[in-house]
Amino acid sequence: MESLSNRKKVLEQKPMNFWERIYLPSIFKGLAITFRHMFVKKETIFYPEQTRPVSENWRGLHSLKRDENGRERCTACGLCALACPAEAITMTAAERQKGEENLYREEKYAAVYEINMLRCIFCGLCEEACPKEAIYLDGPIVAADYLRKDFIYGKDKLVEAPLKS
Amino acid sequence: MELALIIEKFILVVVIFAVSLGVAAYSTLAERKIAAFLQGRVGPHRAGPGGMFQPLADGGKMFFKEEIIPAESNPFLFIMGPSLALLTACIGSAVIPWGQSMQFGDRVVELQVTDINVGILYIFGVVSLGVYGIMIGGWASNNKFSLMGAIRAASQNISYEIAMGLSLIALLMVSGTLSLKDIVEQQHGFWNNGWFTWNVFTQPLGFLLFIVCSFAECNRTPFDLPESENELVAGYHTEYSGFKLGAFLFAEYVNMFVSSAVMATLYWGGYNYPGMDYVFELLGPTWAPIVGIAVLFAKIFFFIFFFMWIRWTIPRFRYDQLMNLGWKVLIPLAIANIILTGIWITIKDNLL
Repeated sequence: MESLSNRKKVLEQKPMNFWERIYLPSIFKGLAITFRHMFVKKETIFYPEQTRPVSENWRGLHSLKRDENGRERCTACGLCALACPAEAITMTAAERQKGEENLYREEKYAAVYEINMLRCIFCGLCEEACPKEAIYLDGPIVAADYLRKDFIYGKDKLVEAPLKS
Repeated sequence: MELALIIEKFILVVVIFAVSLGVAAYSTLAERKIAAFLQGRVGPHRAGPGGMFQPLADGGKMFFKEEIIPAESNPFLFIMGPSLALLTACIGSAVIPWGQSMQFGDRVVELQVTDINVGILYIFGVVSLGVYGIMIGGWASNNKFSLMGAIRAASQNISYEIAMGLSLIALLMVSGTLSLKDIVEQQHGFWNNGWFTWNVFTQPLGFLLFIVCSFAECNRTPFDLPESENELVAGYHTEYSGFKLGAFLFAEYVNMFVSSAVMATLYWGGYNYPGMDYVFELLGPTWAPIVGIAVLFAKIFFFIFFFMWIRWTIPRFRYDQLMNLGWKVLIPLAIANIILTGIWITIKDNLL
């Protein structure tokens, strides 16, 4: 029957000749190949010291951003939690008190902001949902840990370091 | 028997035991390193400089892991299996001559625990006992996979022992002795009377058969069907954990060391090397044997490397292929080798 795609390849199955049947030449060929591989460049990346370069749209650990004056941008609107398909984000809002204007940009801020890294699928929808450009997934790989509770990252781990000056 | 002899043999036994265990321990590191190199990786390198202490870490891990004896198993035999495997692996090195006789003052020390006149038979006995540990362990686990692995190990070892014995008979016809010391002494130097003295040059086919069979006897790839992990979970040591598993794995490496030593001794001239008489005159009877020991160990390490090199090159045989190779190829070849050797000896003795 005519082949429809014309991509079919008929495999020719010849009986093996003597040298193929005694198997030893192919073994020596294989040994030569593996021996050559002893001297090729090693592909290993020594992970904690070296990291593999990541692409521009890489999404890693979340960070809560500060504005140009070092104030937290997050206003605890909850849109990120709403957008999150894995329901990994929870937060508690609080009102900014007098004298805290240098800490929080808006009148409302997140007193508690937690992301469960075991639930998070790093889709980046929180980043897209945020109206204040407060959350970005620009961090490193989330580190392994022993206990489930240690994967719930609070503000201590998420908020950017304060501005220096 | 004089006390000095007992002390001398005791020291020798302890040293050989320690060396074979040490070599086996570092073979585990070498295996991982060579696997890594052949695959373009680096291998374990965190524990100590270049991963030097990795065997210690692995051994420590084995000790501290939980030891489980399955409820449905036979506890006595379950412990017996790995113990027997390790024991039989360790006693094989007793008849291997490690070097020429060393002279300390007026005392001549033989670098061989015992020179029994049936040395090869002893090694054969010990090697065939080795499969007992695997069989007992696999059977006592009361697990289908373990039992399959044990059965495979038993039938494989029986099949390949025949070919191994037959390939050795040709060697024994040439050398005319079963004592390993005599066989090595016959291979003295490198070149004599227009031909190489090492047995591998008079028995190349025999050596090929022997090395294939010793791969099978050590349960190494391509003949590692007893523990083929993608068919039988882990074969005969599926149920084992902790140090009993360590004993099984360790026995494999000790076996590898001993069979490398046997191969080097029988076919590659043992501690003999080109120009050894000259070195002997230069260094004297105390220090020259040390060079011989180093040469023997270089050969052993090459064979251990070869074992690993093969392991990371050739995939595992199917079971029917294994049996076909053993019964239909190796045994007829070994018999043909015996006949050819017999013809050659007859011609040499009567006509030349």
